[in-house]
Amino acid sequence: MPGNRFNAFQNHGVGIGLRIPHYRHIFSRKPVVDWFEIISENFMIDAGRPLAVLDQILEQYRVVQHGVSMYFGSVTAPDPEHLRRLKTLVRRTGTPWISDHLCWGSVDGTYTHDLLPLPYTWEAVERTIERVRMVQDYLEIPVAVENVSSYAAFTASQMTEWEFLTEVVERADCGILLDVNNIYVSAMNHEFEPMDYVNAVPAHRVAQIHIAGHSKYEKYILDTHDHPVIDPVWHLYARAIARCGPTPTLLEWDDHIPSFDEVHAEAKKAERYLQRHAGELAGAAQ
Amino acid sequence: MNLQPMSLADLQREMAAAVMMPLTADEDMRAQAPDGRAMSEVAASFIAPNSRLTAFERLEIYNRQYWYRVMGALAEDFPALRTVLGRSRFEALSIAYLTAHPSRSFSLRNLGSELSAWLADNPHFTGRRHLLALDVARIEWAFVEAFDSAERTPLTLDQIATLDADSRLALQPHVQLICLNYPADDLVLALHDGEKRQASEAGVKHDDSPEAPARLPKLRRRPTWVAAHRVDLAVYYRRLQPEEFVTLTSIREGQPLAEAIQSGFADSRIPAARWPQLVREWFATWAELGWICAPDLDALIKT
Repeated sequence: MPGNRFNAFQNHGVGIGLRIPHYRHIFSRKPVVDWFEIISENFMIDAGRPLAVLDQILEQYRVVQHGVSMYFGSVTAPDPEHLRRLKTLVRRTGTPWISDHLCWGSVDGTYTHDLLPLPYTWEAVERTIERVRMVQDYLEIPVAVENVSSYAAFTASQMTEWEFLTEVVERADCGILLDVNNIYVSAMNHEFEPMDYVNAVPAHRVAQIHIAGHSKYEKYILDTHDHPVIDPVWHLYARAIARCGPTPTLLEWDDHIPSFDEVHAEAKKAERYLQRHAGELAGAAQ
Repeated sequence: MNLQPMSLADLQREMAAAVMMPLTADEDMRAQAPDGRAMSEVAASFIAPNSRLTAFERLEIYNRQYWYRVMGALAEDFPALRTVLGRSRFEALSIAYLTAHPSRSFSLRNLGSELSAWLADNPHFTGRRHLLALDVARIEWAFVEAFDSAERTPLTLDQIATLDADSRLALQPHVQLICLNYPADDLVLALHDGEKRQASEAGVKHDDSPEAPARLPKLRRRPTWVAAHRVDLAVYYRRLQPEEFVTLTSIREGQPLAEAIQSGFADSRIPAARWPQLVREWFATWAELGWICAPDLDALIKT
């Protein structure tokens, strides 16, 4: 399956997040990397070194944008300046799709800079699809919404998280950035079976997959992106690939960042699952 | 008991207020909301417990994450201020500042935009090093602005030479003019690493690094005028003469060229006979650094 309309029919392969500690290695060694994901907000500026670095990267690599502050579920409308800067960056990078989170994080113009979970209510569905549609129309490229890790659930919720996600993406007609690590983290924190989530996701809308590591505490798991991917998360990834087909995959590593080679090697473990799936497809075709 | 379901807007306001409420000294969520309600009841009014955590404990995770994230971001933008004040004083200052000025921007880049002005009004947070701390905060914010502010096409010296006394000019947006009580630019330079933080979606852990020893070089109080500016993507600090500083400030404020230069020399002790030569030298330097631009017509129309 060569991608879908939510990732502009691109099969990017396996990428990693573009992070400052790796700049020197990338520019001096020019390693072969399928693609880099950038955090949009780090480059939504007027000028200076970050944009110069980005332009250098764009000369050699494919880049996909991922945002952390669109807050599709916030009740207050997006800041027009935010949208304007985001669109300017979209034109600069030529990103084939853009992603941000199915969460909220700002209210009445004040920002928490966190990915706060939504209550899974019909009111939240309506609010969220309204904003996703508006952003998608404004940016004129496919938008994918990412499931977040969460540590709290709401008494008001009227459906499961995967039902909420499905309702939003079907009615907003957008893609999904399926974060299988976030599914695992939330499953442990909310005591549900993570595979139920992966099995319920509308596979034809999955534009991209995130994998990452996390930190385990006594009573909960925190999504810290500072460890290798654990086996149970790889199992979820394998199932997601089996359901969605080859999907652009990105390893997130944001804290205690090891060498470029170590991060890249961890990301490339995903290729085993992609190749196994391709082999199964070939076998079935014969 | 109110059984009316909370609207999404009310839930987000209630949760944001809880998440942004300062932690206790032990970094726990406070037991009481500012309006006197028990936080255990506030949390239970919209958050469900699980088999391991109460509603209060689940909300507390977000409360801690918020403070770790914003205080970490502020510390990264003001490393020299943190060193000058020490960790505990800087943290107390950060909590008070961020309570007074929570983020109003989608970008953490702008989190410290009001810190210098707030510090000037709240000297008790900086103690006996208040003026030095104020200087350091101003320099560090100037660094943030100079690092990624816009760069417009500068005027050449030949183009500047064609202007008359009534001409209005503009300064390069990344040029930041700061008036200091101490020559604190060297101190800040020694403490900066030249790279900026990047945002991420990951949860954050508490900064448990030890209190940094505030070993400072001896600084004598001396008015100092500095421009923070960008050359080849790096931020530099350039000391200015006071007359030069005032002239540049006047140009930025939109004064006609002749008035801007007159403002620069209004309180000067430099003999008038030397002024023309000085002005020629300034403009030559400014043109070489690309500091002088034509006024931004779009901005003028908007205002």
